[in-house]
Amino acid sequence: MAERNGHDRDDDPPGTRQPGGTIIEVRDLAVGFGERLIMDGLDLDVRRGEILGVVGASGTGKSVLLRTIIGLIRQRRGQIRVFGHDMGTIGERRRRLIEQRWGILFQHGALFSSLTVKQNIQFPMREYLKLSEPLLDEMAMVKLHLVGLKPEAAERYPSELSGGMIKRAALARALALDPEIVFLDEPTSGLDPIGAADFDELIATLQKTLGLTVFMVTHDLDSLAGICDRIAALGDGKVLHEGTIDEMKQQRHPWLQAYFNGPRARASHVHTRSRGA
Amino acid sequence: MAIPAAAWQGGERTGGRLALTGSWNAEHAAALEGVVAAALAKSTTAGPVAIECSALVGFDTLGAYLIHKLATGLGSGGHPVEIVGLTPAQRILLDEVSVTIRQPEARSELGNAYRILSDIGEGVVDAGRDVAGGVSFFGSVVIALGRLFTGRTRLRFPAVVAQLERVGLRSVPIIVLISFLVGAIISQQSVFQLRPYGTVQFVADLIGILSLRELAVLLTSIMIAGRSGSSFTAELGSMKMREEVDALETMGMDPIEVLVLPRLLALIIAMPLLTFLSAMASIGGGALVAMVYGGVSADVFFSRLQNAIALNTFLVGMIKAPFMALVIGITACIEGFAVRGSAESLGTHTTASVVKSIFMVIVVDGLFAMFFAAIDY
Repeated sequence: MAERNGHDRDDDPPGTRQPGGTIIEVRDLAVGFGERLIMDGLDLDVRRGEILGVVGASGTGKSVLLRTIIGLIRQRRGQIRVFGHDMGTIGERRRRLIEQRWGILFQHGALFSSLTVKQNIQFPMREYLKLSEPLLDEMAMVKLHLVGLKPEAAERYPSELSGGMIKRAALARALALDPEIVFLDEPTSGLDPIGAADFDELIATLQKTLGLTVFMVTHDLDSLAGICDRIAALGDGKVLHEGTIDEMKQQRHPWLQAYFNGPRARASHVHTRSRGA
Repeated sequence: MAIPAAAWQGGERTGGRLALTGSWNAEHAAALEGVVAAALAKSTTAGPVAIECSALVGFDTLGAYLIHKLATGLGSGGHPVEIVGLTPAQRILLDEVSVTIRQPEARSELGNAYRILSDIGEGVVDAGRDVAGGVSFFGSVVIALGRLFTGRTRLRFPAVVAQLERVGLRSVPIIVLISFLVGAIISQQSVFQLRPYGTVQFVADLIGILSLRELAVLLTSIMIAGRSGSSFTAELGSMKMREEVDALETMGMDPIEVLVLPRLLALIIAMPLLTFLSAMASIGGGALVAMVYGGVSADVFFSRLQNAIALNTFLVGMIKAPFMALVIGITACIEGFAVRGSAESLGTHTTASVVKSIFMVIVVDGLFAMFFAAIDY
C-alpha cells in the first residue's frame, strides 16, 4: 500500500501551487494508433483552479488526450507535466502518489458493478487512507451528499441506478480522495437538459468549494457557456484555439464558426450567458 | 506538513476555547480521528465553546467533516458552539459537508442456527425454482421449435452454421486428443490388470464396449459443457447486461428463436458427430497401447473388437448424444438469461452453467444406463 504523504506536494515546483499556475502542461504531444496519427504537436496548458472545456469534432481525440494525460495511452512523442512533474520520466512510486491527487469520471461511470455505491466510494479511501470503519461510512455519506445523492442510494448496486445517478456516484468516487484535478469525460452526455444543468451547477459548486481544477471533455454547449472558464478546441491533431467562449466565437476557422455560431449554439444562450452572471 | 492537534484553552466552567492546529486533511486521517475523540473526551466545559481554526494549514472535506462532527459533539450539551477563524473558502466547504449522518439502523443479529436453517431453506427453494425454470424454458424452446416446423418462423440458417463451426469443428482437435489419451490410459491399465490371467487380448472388448457405450459420450459432453456451454452463458449473459436481449424483444423478435435455437440446434447436430469422433479416437488410442505395450497384434485386436461389439453397442452411445446436447444447451442458456447487472453475476452464472451441465449430463447418463438395462439393449 502506497503511503499517502505530504512531501510530494511540497516537491511540486512553486509555480504550480498558487491559483492560476500551470497545473498540467502538455508540449508537442503526438499520439497514434498503428498508421494513424491522432495528435501531432499538441500544446495545452491547464491552470490551477479553472474549468477547462475540451471540444472537437468526433475523432479528433478529445478522449484520447484525456487518457494520454492520465497515462492510459502512451504518447509517441512529447511531454506531459502534471503538478510540474514530467509524467514520462517519473518513477512508478511517485506516479502512484500523483494518481491519488486526481480523480476521473469516465464516460459511462465505470463504477465497479459488483460493489454498492457506498463501497465504490470507499474503495480508494480504503486503499489509501487509514480511516476507521464508522468514519469510512460517514465519509462515504458526506461524498454522496456533496454530489447530491440521497443516502438511500448508498446501498444500491450500479445496475440499479439511473444514468444521472451513475454519473453522480462516479463523481463521488472521483472525489473520494479530495483530488486537486478532476478529469470529466463527457459528464453531461446521456442526461436530460435539467439533469445536465444540475450536473453543471454541481461541478461549478464543487470547483468553488473544493478549489478543484476541472478538465472536462464535452459536447454540451450549455456546459461550455455556463461553467467553463476556458475552452480548448481540438482539430487537425492540435489545439485549434483556446480561449473564452466569446473569443471562440470570433474565430474564423470554419469548424469553430459552425460549432459556436451554429443553430444549436444560438439556441443554447451562448450569446447571452456568461460565467457568474 | 504539520501534525494536527486540538488543545483546550481557558476556563473550564465558563466556556472554552478549542484551538485547532496542523493540517486537518486526509493525509493525517488516522491521527485526526484520535484528536477528535480526545478533544471530545476532555471536554469539561459547561458553557459556550469557540473552535479556533485560524492556525490550520491544511483543510479538506475530511477535516471539514471532522470539525463539523466535533462541533456537533460539543454542542450536544445544549451550549452554543462557534467555529471561528475560517477563511471564506473553508467556510463554504464546511457548510457543504455539514450533514448529519443518519446511522443506518442496526440489522437484527440472527443466531447461527437460524442462519443455517434459512440457508437450507433458500437452497431448497432455489432448487425448486431451477427445476420450474428449466421446465418452462424447455417449454418455450419446444414452442419455438413448433413454430419452426410449422413454418411460422424461419430457421436462421447462417447462425446455425456459424455456431456449428464454433461448437463442432473447432472442438474436434481437443476432443480427439483427450479421447485418444483417455483410451490409451484405460488400455494400459486393462493390459496391466489382465496380464496375470493371460487374457490380455480381451482389452479389445473392454475398450470397444466402454468407448462406444459410455466413454465417448461422457467425455464429449463434459468437454462441450466446459467449452461451449460456458461460452453460451457468457455471451447471452453479457448481451443481457448490455440490454441487447431487450433490444431484440422490442424489435418483435423472440430471443429464444434468435439466440437459443441456433445454438441448441448446432449442439444437437454437432454432439453425435463429436461423440463418434471421440469413440474412434479412444479406440485408436486403446489399440495403439494394446499393440505396443500389451503385445496384442492388430489382427487379434480388431477381430476381438468385431466379436465384442454389435450395432446396438454403437447406437447406445449415439442415441444419448443429442439428449446430452439438449441438457447442456438448455442449462447454459437458462444461466445466461439469469445474469443480472454485475460482472460478478456473470461469473457466478457461468460457473453454475458448467457445474450444472456436467451434473445433469451424469444424471442423464445414469438414467439411460438404467433404461437400457431394463430393456436389455
